[in-house]
Amino acid sequence: MAHRKLSLYQSMILILVAVCAPLGNTCLAKGMTSLPELTLAHPLALFAAAFTPWVALGIALLIGFFASYLTALSWADLSYVMLATAWGNMLVELLAHFCLHETVSYQRWLGVVLITLGVALVAPGPSHTEQPAPHNSGAPR
Amino acid sequence: MNLTSLPVLSTGYWAATAMIAAVVLSSTAGEVLTAAAMKSVGDLDEIRAHSGLKGAIVAVLTCPLFFAGVFFMAVAFFALLFTLNHLNLGLAGPATASLTVFTNAVAAKLFLKENVDRRRWTSAVLICIGVYFLAH
Repeated sequence: MAHRKLSLYQSMILILVAVCAPLGNTCLAKGMTSLPELTLAHPLALFAAAFTPWVALGIALLIGFFASYLTALSWADLSYVMLATAWGNMLVELLAHFCLHETVSYQRWLGVVLITLGVALVAPGPSHTEQPAPHNSGAPR
Repeated sequence: MNLTSLPVLSTGYWAATAMIAAVVLSSTAGEVLTAAAMKSVGDLDEIRAHSGLKGAIVAVLTCPLFFAGVFFMAVAFFALLFTLNHLNLGLAGPATASLTVFTNAVAAKLFLKENVDRRRWTSAVLICIGVYFLAH
């Protein structure tokens, strides 16, 4: 496996992938739970919900996640991007504990430790598998 | 122990397994197809440097594999909604989140021919267990 070091820009893209998805989901959850119960009988209410501040912020963050995810997949392996950005999952736990002073169970702290170990193991490694070049038919170019 | 007597498995053991498998497999198919699409498109940063943001967007939107990936991601989303409607979040959340990490690594090796070495397998197992504990 060829070891191609990530540039600062590429590292920033991976950070965006890791951060935008959990924060976007959290914003969506916060926005949707603060709204009155929505039913399919009033579909316009669902449409209007997209323009409330928390839901709009969540949608913007998820659009940012998808754009940076596609960019990352264009120069890195799926198995690398998926593992190296898994620390985003524990970001919500850390924010909940340190910013919102919520109690985090020992089980969840164990999850945070295991994810940290997993990311620390894969992140410094190679990000891209060099595929063998297609067989040249010998035609002059 | 009779598994079907558990509240989270009131729909039946095999039905619960099928629902979780549907979420995991459709999600994995979506991720792999999207990754294959982006590999075929090439480095988006280079395309953007040559053709601008519009060129990069056109390059992605003219790739049929991309739409296949988005289709399966949408299937996974609705399968998850269906599953959450029938199963306890305490079971469906951790099971789908952690299994997807592992199946993505397997699919990346099988279909995308990525070199998933011992380091990545160890990392996948650690993150798989970690996500399970976090989502539980």
